[in-house]
Amino acid sequence: MTSERPHLAVIGAGPAGLAATVAAASHGVRVTLVDASAEAGGQFYRQPAAELRARRPQALHHGWRTWELLRDELRTHVRAGLVRHLSDHHVWCVERRRTAAGAGPGFTVHALLGPEQQDPAEVRADAVLLATGGYEKVLPFPGWTLPGVVTAGGAQAMLKGTLTVGGRTAVVAGTGPLLLPVATGLAAAGVDVAALVESAAPKAFVRRARALAAEPGKVAEGARYAAELLGHRVRLLAGHTVVEAHGAERLEAVTVAALDPDGRVRPGTGRRIPCDTLAVGHGMLPHTDLAETLGCRLDGPDVHADDEQRTDVPGVWAAGETTGIGGAALALAEGHIAGRSAAARLHGTEPDPDEWAAATRTRTRLRAFFAALDAVHAPPAHWTEQVTDDTVVCRCEEVTGGEIRAAVKDLGAADLRTVKLLTRAGMGWCQGRVCGPAVAGLTGCGSTASRRPFARPVPLGVLARAGETEDLEWNP
Amino acid sequence: MRSPRDLADARPGPAFTVTLDGREIEALPGQTVAAALWTAGITSWRTTRGAGRPRGVFCGIGVCFDCLVTVNDRPNQRACLVPLNPGDAIRTQEGTGHDE
Repeated sequence: MTSERPHLAVIGAGPAGLAATVAAASHGVRVTLVDASAEAGGQFYRQPAAELRARRPQALHHGWRTWELLRDELRTHVRAGLVRHLSDHHVWCVERRRTAAGAGPGFTVHALLGPEQQDPAEVRADAVLLATGGYEKVLPFPGWTLPGVVTAGGAQAMLKGTLTVGGRTAVVAGTGPLLLPVATGLAAAGVDVAALVESAAPKAFVRRARALAAEPGKVAEGARYAAELLGHRVRLLAGHTVVEAHGAERLEAVTVAALDPDGRVRPGTGRRIPCDTLAVGHGMLPHTDLAETLGCRLDGPDVHADDEQRTDVPGVWAAGETTGIGGAALALAEGHIAGRSAAARLHGTEPDPDEWAAATRTRTRLRAFFAALDAVHAPPAHWTEQVTDDTVVCRCEEVTGGEIRAAVKDLGAADLRTVKLLTRAGMGWCQGRVCGPAVAGLTGCGSTASRRPFARPVPLGVLARAGETEDLEWNP
Repeated sequence: MRSPRDLADARPGPAFTVTLDGREIEALPGQTVAAALWTAGITSWRTTRGAGRPRGVFCGIGVCFDCLVTVNDRPNQRACLVPLNPGDAIRTQEGTGHDE
């Protein structure tokens, strides 16, 4: 009788998507979990490829017990025929489908298969839940395009997923809570971590002490990382920033310098640290492409979601970092709430929020904590002063800081779209995902939703035949 | 020196051979193009269209498209996403990968 159950498509198999899938399936909904990776887990629980046969993958992870519980529950539901897990499915668009009057909304999830992402697949569902996570923000500085400079999350993804590191000596730099696990992970894996360079000064933490102390578990987590770094003899340079990455064909060293209380580099404080890897990040941004194509309202960079994690588009839920950056524990809580709400509403009943009161409390607490943390970890106020006119800002189209400034100063551009049209910044492969925040900062134009029509490049042949493919067979 | 594979106690199957610009390098089952190249000590495998500058892995998760490479004559494959098979021929990619 499974075919008569309502059908929810969950996009993304990270913490939020897994929690949502398990919650919805436990409450009588058929779930198709669509995910780009070969293994479930998302970025936080990223698994080494199965063929690497890692016997102790937990050595690279945090919160392993929670992952095991989620993974086992997912497997149970898959075996029972309530959930199908479509791995290696890269979703490029979710489309609202016209249905017979009174039949409620319907959706078609368009995906591309496998690593080559050439062949299409479509999933039709009664509702969708977006758990598309986030990606790292990196602000430019001279030398950041050199091979050997990677995002902090990228270094971690390569470590967790492929059990490889890019070199022998690393500097981890930027700002944000991600830097701690990245530095400890690299050090544990045998990399000599020469320094952890965090632009936030200790004073910034003191100013938010009350809000941060309200989450003692998180404070203890931070302290454990700090102790581990100490054990690996990693130098912590707080209130410092990377000014330049040096090298000809690849990274050879970085120059770091102290920041003054206004967020400007203090002259004369620069010091050169030899390294072959720089793992750098300045916080995270939510993935909102699919929500945008569906017409969901955004609040700033985040997908707007109500108390039940519903977007303002009927039939579309959103959970986890796509609704605001806040870590795995918050994503789990939001995913749970979204899955429960979707299950109730797909059965045509009014959900009772009392049934997920604990998750609601967790969500409230963690959102407050991450708002405080976000304030502490703001990038240096005057970071744009470090972007020289010949620094490449848009990595794909090789557009420099000077060209972007000239678009505003000499050509009169007053918004990001015009800057893009005049300079090509953001028109390349990544569609401005990497340079977006930098171009906004350099031009003073302010970030705007980019409204990309598709979440990833799509072969024209696939685009031409979209909607003609049969729904993927589900044989429980 | 301790390696990530030691840390995770990985016991992969036997290594196989792929080529980078005709030169043989070893890869392990389950490794992506980027992972095999990093293991071989190689961090750049393409040059940019404009200035011809070297590039390799940047985001590691398929967002940035910096690690593009030619695999079995197909250009513009993201090295951080594509898994390797025995005998695969990787070529460093110059520019768009279409003008070679």
